[in-house]
Amino acid sequence: MDFEAIWLSLRLAFFTTLILLVIGLPLAYWLAETRWRLKFLLEAAVALPIILPPTVLGFYILVAIGPQSPFGQGYEAIVGRQLPFSFEGLLLASVIYSFPFAVRPFVAAFSGIERRLIEASWCLGVSQFRTFFRVVCPVSWPGILTGLVLAFAHTLGEFGVVLMVGGNIPGVTRTISIAIYDDVEALNYAKAANTSLLLLGVSFLALSVAYFRPLKGGAI
Amino acid sequence: MIIRWTQLIAGRSRSDEGLVLRARLVRVVLVILAGLSATAAGCQRPAQAADTRTLRVAAAADLKVALADIVAAFQRQNPDVKVEVTYGSSGNFYSQLSSRAPFDLFLSADLDYPRRLIEQGLATPNSEFSYAVGGLVLWVRKASPIPVDKLGIEALLDHSVRRIAIANPRHAPYGRAAEAALKKLGVYENVKDKLVYGENIIQTAQFVESGAADIGLISHSLATAAPLRDEGRSWEVPADSYPALEQGGVILSWAQDRQTAEALRNFILGGSGKEILHRYGFRSSGE
Repeated sequence: MDFEAIWLSLRLAFFTTLILLVIGLPLAYWLAETRWRLKFLLEAAVALPIILPPTVLGFYILVAIGPQSPFGQGYEAIVGRQLPFSFEGLLLASVIYSFPFAVRPFVAAFSGIERRLIEASWCLGVSQFRTFFRVVCPVSWPGILTGLVLAFAHTLGEFGVVLMVGGNIPGVTRTISIAIYDDVEALNYAKAANTSLLLLGVSFLALSVAYFRPLKGGAI
Repeated sequence: MIIRWTQLIAGRSRSDEGLVLRARLVRVVLVILAGLSATAAGCQRPAQAADTRTLRVAAAADLKVALADIVAAFQRQNPDVKVEVTYGSSGNFYSQLSSRAPFDLFLSADLDYPRRLIEQGLATPNSEFSYAVGGLVLWVRKASPIPVDKLGIEALLDHSVRRIAIANPRHAPYGRAAEAALKKLGVYENVKDKLVYGENIIQTAQFVESGAADIGLISHSLATAAPLRDEGRSWEVPADSYPALEQGGVILSWAQDRQTAEALRNFILGGSGKEILHRYGFRSSGE
């Protein structure tokens, strides 16, 4: 079993989920609350990575972060390293790739909140910011958790995007799905099967956590 | 579970809406399935009844351009034959063919995979044929400051080189050749931390072409054919620095039209096939 690849994938999934939590929550809250007429365009853009074939998405990310692009050049000028074939590059690609899987459940959870709770909190003199953390988030935690677990699991199983922007470097960009694919291609089926079984177990566990609800009240 | 997920994605929260949504979804899926099976049933009949014969070929990625020319020439001589080519990594095709993928002819990037298929009893013993020997080149983009034609293998040690793309040596024959050449020419230890691995030889070329890697070891056939021909410069890696990339093929035992498959094989091995392969930087075996 390829423990280096497993550890890399877990780190990648963890940091991707963390970043999606930080930028996804405010964006989702804004999407749920805003009455902006062109909101639907932004929602469509958020959902795009679900549709685009991962290798296509990966190829465009590769070009976009490469040394030929202004973004790639800017990053190199500031950080002093290149983005393609690095962990940071992979992280950026994963955040884009898993974006809808976190943000859509967040938006759904926020949209389902009783408006009265938020307004009551405001009337009691609690600031918008504190209301978000003390009322909105606790009430919608199942949806937030679902989004986080989906993003984590989706990143764990990510293949096409990593294949395109990764370059298959052990310990840096050879994630678990790439390692499995590699073993299959090298006709090393037993090793591939072992690693796959572990991936399957971890994913099932993660998804079970997402769908677990204590049995009380709820219609669902 | 499914209901909840659909709801979350669709932004609904009430269970009755979820059920309605699910019922509608099921109906849509059923309609689509019914439509698809009807079309599939409709498509099959004319294909079998028609006079044109279809030949399915699984070909190594490095044949991408050369084989298109060969097929075009072959079809001029045999207008009633339709040749459908799928390109990919030979290892991948090997796995698929082991499960009897519906191809008639397999053109691998090495001799090993066809031999293994024969060992499994999926093709006639000793029917593998060697059709070409591939070449390896060092390739840079046109805009690259590295004078690869002057420096040769030393180009890899140029200070501006940060990433070197090669095909994955674990399963791509060109990757194994590249690694062997780097070792033989004495630069492997200096460059091994700069290597990035493409899944097949086309993706390796893509890494360099997109600028993500500074230089790469790709197949002669890709470097001398459009579109890469006009995009970059190359240096031919000496053929004695890596084991010969002898490419072999085989006709599968379940080929529907064995006669046509043999005709295409003979065409590739014959004069005009050889000439086209030569044009794209392949040599004949034994040369």
